[in-house]
Amino acid sequence: MSVIYILISISIVVAVIFLFAFFRAVKTGQYDDDYTPSVRILFDDELKKTETKEKKKLKTKSDKIN
Amino acid sequence: MESYQCFHCGDEFSEKQRIVFDQKSFCCVGCKTVYEIFKQSDLTSYYDIEKNPGATPQDTKGKFDFLDNEKIVDKLLEFNEEDVSIISLYIPHIHCSSCIWILENLHKLQSGIITSQVNFYQKKVRITFNPNHTSVKNIVLLLAKIGYEPYISLENYENKKSNVDRSLIYKIGVAFFCFGNIMLLSFPEYFEVQDFWLDKYKPFFRWLMFALAIPTFFYSGSVYHKAAYHSLKARTFDINIPMSLGLIVMFVRSTIDIIFDYGQGFFDSLASLIFFMLLGKLFQQKTYEFLSFERDFKSYFPIAVTKIHADKSESSASIYDLEKGDRLLIRNQELVPVDGILISDSTHIDYSFVTGEAIPIAKKSGDKIFAGGKQLGNLIEMEVLNSVSQSYLTQLWDNEVFDKKNKQSYTTLITRVSHYFTPTLLLIAFLGLGIWLPKDVNTAFNVFTAVLIIACPCALALSTPFTLGNIIRIFGKRKFYLKNTTVIEQMSKIDTIVFDKTGTITTNKKSTIWFEGNEISDEDIIGIKNLIHISNHPLSRKLYEYLPDVQKCDVVDFQEITGKGVQGIVNGKHYKVGSSSFIGATTPSNLQTNVYISIDGEFVGKYIFENKYREGISNLFERLNQNYELKILSGDNEGEQKKLEAILPANTEMVFNQKPEQKLQFIKQLQDKGKNVMMIGDGLNDAGALAQSNVGVSISEDVNIFSPACDGILDASQFNKIENFLKLSKKAMKTIKMSFGLSIMYNIVGLTFALMGKLSPLVAAVIMPLSTATIIGFVTVVSNYYARKIK
Repeated sequence: MSVIYILISISIVVAVIFLFAFFRAVKTGQYDDDYTPSVRILFDDELKKTETKEKKKLKTKSDKIN
Repeated sequence: MESYQCFHCGDEFSEKQRIVFDQKSFCCVGCKTVYEIFKQSDLTSYYDIEKNPGATPQDTKGKFDFLDNEKIVDKLLEFNEEDVSIISLYIPHIHCSSCIWILENLHKLQSGIITSQVNFYQKKVRITFNPNHTSVKNIVLLLAKIGYEPYISLENYENKKSNVDRSLIYKIGVAFFCFGNIMLLSFPEYFEVQDFWLDKYKPFFRWLMFALAIPTFFYSGSVYHKAAYHSLKARTFDINIPMSLGLIVMFVRSTIDIIFDYGQGFFDSLASLIFFMLLGKLFQQKTYEFLSFERDFKSYFPIAVTKIHADKSESSASIYDLEKGDRLLIRNQELVPVDGILISDSTHIDYSFVTGEAIPIAKKSGDKIFAGGKQLGNLIEMEVLNSVSQSYLTQLWDNEVFDKKNKQSYTTLITRVSHYFTPTLLLIAFLGLGIWLPKDVNTAFNVFTAVLIIACPCALALSTPFTLGNIIRIFGKRKFYLKNTTVIEQMSKIDTIVFDKTGTITTNKKSTIWFEGNEISDEDIIGIKNLIHISNHPLSRKLYEYLPDVQKCDVVDFQEITGKGVQGIVNGKHYKVGSSSFIGATTPSNLQTNVYISIDGEFVGKYIFENKYREGISNLFERLNQNYELKILSGDNEGEQKKLEAILPANTEMVFNQKPEQKLQFIKQLQDKGKNVMMIGDGLNDAGALAQSNVGVSISEDVNIFSPACDGILDASQFNKIENFLKLSKKAMKTIKMSFGLSIMYNIVGLTFALMGKLSPLVAAVIMPLSTATIIGFVTVVSNYYARKIK
């Protein structure tokens, strides 16, 4: 059971690493604006662009055939 | 007539103005152009996200020429290196998801732009661009072209980013981290089971808890220790003293307990206490990022003006570089930046924001014009008399009342309660000590520290931030934005309300215009509109905006007679537009402003301009009069007095012709009589009065433009709800008092345990979070209940 010393110590170290990650994130201003990211993830234009590119490719191919 | 909705901006328009493009209707060429721009760059998803999200682009001819000046641009940039520059622009039109989308896709509209990011709440966009491929001016012009014109004022020019204070968040992070871990680590010992393994590892767990408690107590708890220290130095007993005392006692007692093996200590309660208290502080600090209450007059001033040199050439200069004797070119709708003399023949200056006078003042060559006025008319030339820092406006601002405002500290309810709390607490503690000392020394100290630990001022200290924080949120949702939570308490104590007249109880938007008389044909409207287009008179301009768009025609024999009207021939018909005597009509004059029309010598009717009072104002004043004294202050003359007396209750005091300093004095006199005054105003002319009053509320039609030095901003559409807000603030204080009662109950229970010497860490760990959670829950539920009742 003396392994519990090691177990708890390691888990505390891991937790502290996460705490520092939190500090880093706050420091670089990640949490300053907490509203806009929620809107931003709902945009999906990049996907649309590749879709239209695909459509264009298909179109030109079918044009060539015809 | 059928009306259509513009696909771009949502405005309604009639068949005549309709412009069709790509199977969609637009209200004007501007909107259609923006649509075209988007379509070309494949950005029409803009219209898919929200309906009619756009704005009609405004004319920017010459407006942004000052961005050619490198010095000025340098000061605006956040970052400037070889290939990369960054600028943050404030864009008032940002209001929906479509705006975010299009502004983050700016790189598709202009090649020099690398990337852009929107901060929605602050209505800012941060653009990273390559200065070799594009310039700030191009970017700004592009934004204006698509309807997102940025608002650049003197404030941006000087604004060196103040470092955002995030220390509270760090402290909460640490506190929560330690709280969670200490709680887990203290679990085994709660159950007081005699177990070999438990005993063996007990020291390890305990010292680990101690190690985790150190950052919590010293770093996160420093907030309270520092505050308590300052409070002691100032010899006031505020709530932080028992807080800090409790924390210190907890820490010391727990450390002693684990050193001498008396028990596991109270580290868990310590950490949880600090965590919840800091959370309360954070909640209370919630501010509205898109409104800055720290603004001053600089945010209304332009950065630069067009200077005319001796050789007639023009260049833009920053307004700080202006000196006496410089010649300036001021365009229509531009602000006069400094005091000076008018060189051009004549113009009208709108001082409504500065002095409160509703009607623009006519000025002729040689007259003095003051900084802060808006020029209405064609281009004028003026000569500078005083530099910016010496102008009338800056002087107004230097009034000491603005400094005083920041330092004013009110004795809040919580301060008064904590005045009694600390002595009572110490009394009980020593009492307990005294009772137990003869019986058992150990228990005596146990009891002494237990009393100080459990008599948690946390519930007391928590009810205020959570209630007021919740109320501020609710107010904010209802478009009444307060500077901080003390304003609510001040509001509940108000007994006198002072209203400004212009712009506050009248609407600032264009006066309502309607026509009375024989019907005018479309052809005649063309004639009238073309005729008045040439005139610079404010009424002509208002009428011009009111009439629908028509084709341009030539006007022959145009004549403008100052003070009377205009006349001319359009398409063969002779039109006269002006005062009744000019037209030759003999209709009785009333108090309204009228513009009479005659066609080919025949009187056909008049346009009536009315300064509209806000809807529901009689009703509101009736209701308010029951509990408050009401007063009206105005910078205007008594012209409207009769009308006001008709709509307002009988004993409303009305004072006219008040200059800004006089308004301030008026409020001061009321306060000297012992009244608590709330002032509602809108312009810079009210700023002094707003700062002086106990609660200064600024009304605004457009939340981006409001009077600084106020405690709260009320959206004009919510004007009628003033009574509700006042009622709700009173209920908020009631809620706080009720929760005090609740927390006292908890304290009694806890103290009973403490005095009996039975306060084990387990009991403390149960009572404290329990009391905290129930108090928070109680105040939130009750304040929401009241908010719903007072709709």
